[in-house]
Amino acid sequence: MSLLHWAILAPFIMAIFVPFLRKKAASIHTGWFVLILPVVLFGTFLQYLPVTTNNDSVMQTASWIPSLGINFTVYMDGLSLLFALLISGIGSLVVLYSIYYLSKTKESLHHFYVYLLMFMGSMLGVVLSDNVIMLYMFWEFTSISSFLLIAYWYDRERSRYGALKSMLITVFGGLMMLGGFLVLSIMGNTFSIRELAAQATELNEHPLFLLAMILVLLGAFTKSAQFPFYIWLPDAMEAPTPVSAYLHSATMVKAGIYLVARFSPIFAFSGYWFWIVGTVGLFTMVWASFNAVKQTDLKGILAFSTVSQLGLIMSLLGIGAASLHFDSLDDNLFTTAVIAAIFHLINHATFKGSLFMVVGIIDHETGTRDIRKLGGLMSFMPITFTLSVIGAFSMAGLPPFNGFLSKEMFFLSMVQLMELNLFNIDTWAVLFPVLAWVGSVFTFIYSMIIVFKVFTGKFQPEKLEKKPHEAPVGMLISPIILALLVVVFGLFPNLLSYSLIQPAAAAIVPSIIPPGEQLYVNIYFWHGINAELLMTIGVVAVGILLYKFMPKWVRVYEYFPGKITLNQFYNAGLYAAERGSNAITNAYMTGFIRTYLVYIFAFFIAALGFTMWAKDAFRYDASAVAPIGLYEGCLIIVLLAATLTILMAKSRLTSIISLGAVGYTVSLFFVIFRAPDLALTQLVIETVSTALFLLCFYHLPKLSRHAEKRRFQAGNAIIAAGVGIIVTLLGISAHSSKFFASINEYYIENTYEKAGGENMVNVILVDFRGFDTLFEIAVLSVAALGIYGLIKLRLEKGGETNENK
Amino acid sequence: MIETVLQLSLLLLAVAMIGLIYRLVKGPTIPDRVIALDAMGVNLVSITAVLSMLLGTSNYLDVILLIGILAFIGTIAFAKFLEKGEVIEHDRDQ
Repeated sequence: MSLLHWAILAPFIMAIFVPFLRKKAASIHTGWFVLILPVVLFGTFLQYLPVTTNNDSVMQTASWIPSLGINFTVYMDGLSLLFALLISGIGSLVVLYSIYYLSKTKESLHHFYVYLLMFMGSMLGVVLSDNVIMLYMFWEFTSISSFLLIAYWYDRERSRYGALKSMLITVFGGLMMLGGFLVLSIMGNTFSIRELAAQATELNEHPLFLLAMILVLLGAFTKSAQFPFYIWLPDAMEAPTPVSAYLHSATMVKAGIYLVARFSPIFAFSGYWFWIVGTVGLFTMVWASFNAVKQTDLKGILAFSTVSQLGLIMSLLGIGAASLHFDSLDDNLFTTAVIAAIFHLINHATFKGSLFMVVGIIDHETGTRDIRKLGGLMSFMPITFTLSVIGAFSMAGLPPFNGFLSKEMFFLSMVQLMELNLFNIDTWAVLFPVLAWVGSVFTFIYSMIIVFKVFTGKFQPEKLEKKPHEAPVGMLISPIILALLVVVFGLFPNLLSYSLIQPAAAAIVPSIIPPGEQLYVNIYFWHGINAELLMTIGVVAVGILLYKFMPKWVRVYEYFPGKITLNQFYNAGLYAAERGSNAITNAYMTGFIRTYLVYIFAFFIAALGFTMWAKDAFRYDASAVAPIGLYEGCLIIVLLAATLTILMAKSRLTSIISLGAVGYTVSLFFVIFRAPDLALTQLVIETVSTALFLLCFYHLPKLSRHAEKRRFQAGNAIIAAGVGIIVTLLGISAHSSKFFASINEYYIENTYEKAGGENMVNVILVDFRGFDTLFEIAVLSVAALGIYGLIKLRLEKGGETNENK
Repeated sequence: MIETVLQLSLLLLAVAMIGLIYRLVKGPTIPDRVIALDAMGVNLVSITAVLSMLLGTSNYLDVILLIGILAFIGTIAFAKFLEKGEVIEHDRDQ
């Protein structure tokens, strides 16, 4: 266990103490105690900066289940460090924000911080694990803690709905991902990601490679809310705003991005990777940005914008891989795309975190998040307004904020992609930059909506529950820090380039870097007049026009009927699954024992019959059959006649008498086959059970009511005949194929010699195999006690009389 | 010689058994059937005795005794059931 191990476990340990803190120090907001931890963690992780800047890495192993190759291995390189810093850094800010956001008295804070700490620890575990099984374990921890956090206000129906939906979708993806990991580990014979990456070339030629890739990508796409799995994210907005800011913008939804980046060294050389990741990401970006514009809830807009931005990052990660696949491209495309992805990842975490906090402030201070009710808040909340301008303009990709830079690089990658000669038709490649451009236009529009619909326009005090005013200072600290970062990274992007971006990019595909060198990262504002700058200018111009004339074209959305949305598919699918399984269960679980017996016997016939047929198991060999005497034949006739009488009897009493006849005849067969002990027992048991049947008769309602002949049912007859035939065939086959001699010689020789008895049956029962007898005795005792209990309890309940009197 | 006789008597007893089972199946009343069952018990005694002679063993003497007792008990139980509608009367211990 090293420092890094403890860093992952610390939030879990802290979570144990949170309820005590809440109780013992009730006067202080629990968040203050919690705040210490992420700050300390952030400091700890910063110490690794010099290590990763030199493209070194730290790897430490603690044994967990070494015999299965499952070890708690932590691995710190540029990519992990970037995520760890995001998690702990934004975690600190979110905890600080939540101290002012959540009431000390009204909310159950201990729940909140326990869940949040669990989430933080598991997220650190995801990004720092090298062992895929550990990665999966922490991955599911994030799903569970996210579920708990979304349903934090569990008395609201929408919260529970959102929590369940996100749980179902992310756990579905998680399980798929586990499958992918297992396939990978079977292919590579190791659980370690680093060792898997080392054999990437061999894995690429493995027949299961594509399966593993698709399964892992399913995990990444569900977690990162890519199309069509994004539908859980808008519903997860029912969570408290700090949760939305932390989980659903900065950390958890980036777990999928992390996964894609982390597995790039293994998968990226495949052409499928480029197509799947690139196109799904790009389509998600356009689709979600298009949908974001029609939202009226501020958090809804931000949720769709998160989906859109995640799609953007995802597409960059996928498109970067093109240069690895198509030899005609130089590696410059890869470099640009991956650096853009990482840079935008940082940028998105900063501006989206601050925007969520801003929305939380607006909600907190006005009582609503509906943009139709808000307006003209600029003069009431100047600081909040400034923050939202910085965040939204950065999101729209305007200078001088950091979003501008990453958006430029995004366009550059897309334009570079046009050099790609896909199918030898250049027009197809044009689609990439065009789609990217359209998505960016919509991004621009909804960014403007966030700022101008809320802060400018008419102030409508009659629609607001509270009188709006500026937020308390404590609430503003976190978004101010994030907005400052937006500006600082925007103005001085090279602060990041070699400290964080280069090591992270190097970790994504190490093979592209010549040994001893570094990737060339230089992010700057002015490139000269080139395609991407023109595209940005186009985005701004068209975006402003569209925003101005929004009422004119917003009717477009009405052409997308609500019935064919993915949410409808999800709900209908869930409903159909429930209805379907209900119908299936009701169809075969009839509640009649008769039906179940039919199933059991039909299966019995099918299984044994099929086995006998498939294995050709039927044997007939008459050599070992003893001669049959005439009187034995007569007794068989007696037995048959009595059995048939049971079946055909009109009254039950006849059946019972016939059953007695069968029993007696069987005992006679025991006599013929020289088994005196069996004959004795059989006789006694037969008499007792006949007496018992008579006893039961007394309690049956009326003889006449059930006395009519049973109806003949063809199905029953077939099943009964089938069972009889199968058992007979089995008996004949078993008798005809004896493979080795019986062990009875041993008993014959040793009954007197070793056990000192002459009756061999009894010696076997109490001496050679006495153990069975013991438990037969136990069975009889249990039966006796059970009968006694049944009778006694029933009499007590019914009082003096039993129910028939 | 003795063996043939024993085989023959076994056959006769078995035929008698078939006659009894005819009565048991046919009825027409329940007492007819009960008496058929009782007679089958007696028949069983005979068959067991002949069989034990045939097999040359005395191990079945217990069985013969037991059949005698049980056939009696069984018939009494049926008779009481037909007479009173129950085998063991409940009210006695209350």
